[in-house]
Amino acid sequence: MSALSYETVARFAQQGGTLYFAAIFAVAVAYALWPRNGEVFRRAAMLPLEKDEDDNVQA
Amino acid sequence: MKNIWKKHGVLERKSLLLTVSILVVVSVGGLVEIAPLFYLESTIEKVKGVRPYTPLELAGRDIYIREGCYNCHSQMIRPLRDEVERYGHYSLAAESMYDHPFQWGSKRTGPDLARVGGKYSDDWHRDHLIDPRSVVPESVMPPYAFLAGRQLEQKDIEAKLWAMTKVGVPYTQDMIDNAKTDLQTQADPFAPARDFKGRYGDAVLQRDFDGDPSRLTEMDALIAYMQMLGTLVDFSTYQAEAPENLR
Amino acid sequence: MNHSITEPDRAPLDAILLYVFVGLAALGAIFATAFSDDRLFRFHGYLLIGAFTVAFALMTVALSSGRLHSAQERYADGVIRAGVIATMFWAVVGLLVGVVIAAQLAWPSIMYFPEHGWLNFGRLRPLHTSGVIFAFGGNALIATSFYVVQRTSKARLAGGAWPWFVFWGYQLFIVLAATGYLAGITQSREYAEPEWYVDLWLTIVWVAYLLVFLGTLWKRKEPHIYVANWFYLAFIVTIALLHVINNLAMPVGALHHRSYSLFAGVQDALTQWWYGHNAVGFFLTAGFLGMMYYFVPKRAERPVYSYRLSIVHFWSLIFIYIWAGPHHLHYTALPQWTQTLGMTFSIMLWMPSWGGMINGLMTLSGAWDKLRTDPVIRMMVVAIAFYGMSTFEGPLMSIRAVNSLSHYTDWTIGHVHSGALGWVGFISFGAIYCLVPWLWKKDRLYSNQLVEWHFWIATTGILLYICAMWVSGIMEGLMWREYTPQGFLANSFVETVAAKHVENVIRMVGGLMYLAGALIMSYNLWRTVRLPSPASAAATPAPALIPAE
Repeated sequence: MSALSYETVARFAQQGGTLYFAAIFAVAVAYALWPRNGEVFRRAAMLPLEKDEDDNVQA
Repeated sequence: MKNIWKKHGVLERKSLLLTVSILVVVSVGGLVEIAPLFYLESTIEKVKGVRPYTPLELAGRDIYIREGCYNCHSQMIRPLRDEVERYGHYSLAAESMYDHPFQWGSKRTGPDLARVGGKYSDDWHRDHLIDPRSVVPESVMPPYAFLAGRQLEQKDIEAKLWAMTKVGVPYTQDMIDNAKTDLQTQADPFAPARDFKGRYGDAVLQRDFDGDPSRLTEMDALIAYMQMLGTLVDFSTYQAEAPENLR
Repeated sequence: MNHSITEPDRAPLDAILLYVFVGLAALGAIFATAFSDDRLFRFHGYLLIGAFTVAFALMTVALSSGRLHSAQERYADGVIRAGVIATMFWAVVGLLVGVVIAAQLAWPSIMYFPEHGWLNFGRLRPLHTSGVIFAFGGNALIATSFYVVQRTSKARLAGGAWPWFVFWGYQLFIVLAATGYLAGITQSREYAEPEWYVDLWLTIVWVAYLLVFLGTLWKRKEPHIYVANWFYLAFIVTIALLHVINNLAMPVGALHHRSYSLFAGVQDALTQWWYGHNAVGFFLTAGFLGMMYYFVPKRAERPVYSYRLSIVHFWSLIFIYIWAGPHHLHYTALPQWTQTLGMTFSIMLWMPSWGGMINGLMTLSGAWDKLRTDPVIRMMVVAIAFYGMSTFEGPLMSIRAVNSLSHYTDWTIGHVHSGALGWVGFISFGAIYCLVPWLWKKDRLYSNQLVEWHFWIATTGILLYICAMWVSGIMEGLMWREYTPQGFLANSFVETVAAKHVENVIRMVGGLMYLAGALIMSYNLWRTVRLPSPASAAATPAPALIPAE
C-alpha cells in the first residue's frame, strides 16, 4: 500500500506539475503575444518614462 | 460619478484577479511537494529506540537553539561514503520525528553532530565548550564558558513539555507532572531513578554532566543533549533493508 | 480609504483608526509585560511599551495640531524618504555585523569574549542575515514599491497615515528581531528566526502593506497595471503565505517567548526550505526584479526591451520558483522524488531567470554609452549581470551530484553573496542613487566621482568575497571526501577548518570593501540632500507623521 501510493503520489506530482506548468505557460504566452494587447503593452512600457519625479499627482 | 464607480469596479477586479492568480500559481508547488509528506507521516518508519527528549535534554536542546549552534553544525548525515565513515550511519527520518523544529542545519563550519553522542567524554565537552581552542587549537568555534556559570532555568519545563504534546510529541501526563523531578534526577547520579527510567527507558544517561555536582547549570543540559544525539537507534540490530524500513 | 479633503478641521478617519490601534497596542504591551514571568518576554515587552507609547504620544501631538491630513493631489513621498534613510542605515548595520562575524571566523582567538555569549557567532549570524535581507532589502523594497506604485498608477498611496504604520511597524519588527537574536530569542529557522509574537506582529504589518499597495492600485488612473507592480505584488502576497505557514508554532505560554514548531523532522525541514528558498525567490528576486523593471528603463530613458517578455518572465518565474525548495535537502531523509522534483524545477529556473536578465540588459540597447558615462546605470547593469551569474550557479548547485560536493560548504555562502551583494545590493544602490535626487528635489547627485569609487571598491570586494568562497568551499568539499591510498579518510575535520584561514581573511577584506562602498554612498547621499535646491522647486510640505530623522 505504502509503496504503491508513494509511486502514485510521485507520478501525480511530476506529471501533474508538468501539465500544470505547460498550461500556465501557454496562458501567459498567449496573453503576452495576443495581438490586441500590443497597443496596451506599448503604452504600458512607456509608463516609467513620464516626467513624474515631482510630487504632484498627474491627471 | 456613476461612471467613475463603474470604472473603479473593473479596476479592482483586475488587481484582485492578479492577486488571486499569483496565489493559485504559487500554492500548487507547495501543495504537491509538502502535502504528501503529511499523508506519508503515518507510514514513515517507526524505528525502535526513538523516544521523546527527557526534560533535561529538551532544556539542553533549547540552549543549543538559543545559542544558534545550527548556524554551523548540521545534524543530518547523508548516505555518502565519506560522511558515513566520518560521522556514522546516515540519518533516518525517524530520528528527527520529535524535533520541533528540525535541526538538520545547512552549513558545516563545524562538524556534523547528528551522532556526536558518546563520542567524547563529558569532560572533553565541558573543556571544549569553555575554551574550544584549548582542546582543538585550529577551531574557530566561539567559547561558551558562561554556560557553566549559569543556573538552568527550571520553572517552565512543564509548560515546555505540555506545548510539545500540543504539536504531537507523545509526552504522557505522568511525564509532564514529573518534568522538574526528572530534570533534576538526570543530572544527579545519586538520585533514585526508577520512575525516571520507567518513563524514558533504561538507556537514558544519568550523571553529573558538567563536573560540578553542586549546581544544575546550562552546561549540564547542553552536554546531556549532545551526549544522546544519534544514540537512540541501535544500528547493530537496525536493518535498513527490512520491509518496514523501506520507504 | 478615501476620506474627504474638504473638511480640514476634522481628523481623518485613517489617522484616528491608527491612533486607536496604537493606543490599544500600548495597553496590550503593558498588560502582557506586567503579567509575564518570563525574563526574555518581559525584555521585549518593555521595548514594545516604549515603542507604542512614543508613537501614541507623537500621534496625539500630530492629531491635535491637525498634521495628519493627506493631500490627494500630491504623492506621499515622505514615507519613501524615510524608507531610503532606513535602507541605508540598516545596510551599514547589516554589512558591519557581516564583517564582524567574518573576522570572528578568521581570528577566533581575538574576536570572541568568553563571558559575553550575545557576541558569539551563533547569535550574530542571524543578526547579519536578517539585517541585510529583511532590514536593508526589506526597507529598499517597501520604499521603492511605494514610489513605483504611485508613479505608475498616478495615484497617491492609499490609506492616509497607514503607509507610515507600515514603515514604523516594519522598523519595530526589525528591532524586535535583532534584539531577540542577541538575547537568545530564536526559533532556529533560518531567515525566519523571530519568535511567534514577532511573527504575529510582522503579519499585521504585512497585511497593512498589502492593503496599502492594493488600495493604491485600485485608485490608479491607468487601466493597465505596470509589470513592476506585478513583481512587487507577487513578492508581498507570496511572502505573506510563506511567512504564515512556515511560522506555525505552539507557544510555550501566552506570555512566554519560546514556541515549538507545529511540524517536526522531515515535514518541518521541507516546510522551512520551501520557505527559505522562496524567501530568495520572492523577497530577494521578484521584489528586486520589480525594482529593475522600473528603475532601469527610467534611468536609461528607454522602455523595457520587451514588455511581452516581461510578462512571460513573470509567470514562469513565480511558477517555477515555488517548486525549487527541496534542492536544499538533497541526500537527506527527504523522499527521493521530492528531491528530484526540486532539482528539475531548479534547472528549469534557468530559463525565466535568463529571460529576465536579457530583458534588463537589452533595455540599454542603443544606449550602451551610458555604461561609460553614468556610474549609476553601470551599477544596475552589473547587478543584472550578477543576477544572471548567480541564477546560473544556483541551478548548477541544485544538481544532486554537484550538491553532494557543494552542500554544507562555503560554496553556498559564496553563491548567496554573489546574489545578495551583486544583485540585491547593487540594484538597490542603483535605485537609491536615482531616488534621492528625485525625492529631495535636487537636480543631481553630490558627486558622480564618489559613485565611481563606490562602484569599483564594492565590485572588487564582491569578487574577492565570492572567489575566496569558491576556493574554500570546493577545497573543503574535496578534503572531506579525500581518501588515502589505503582507503582511509585523508583529513580530520579540523584540518579542513585550518585550511580555510587565508580564504576567511580574504572574505573579511572583501566584505570590508563592500561596507566601505556603502559608507561612501551614505556620505554622498547625505551631501546630496544638503545640496541647495534648484530655484524652481518650491518647498514641499510633507504630510508627515515622522519624528525627526
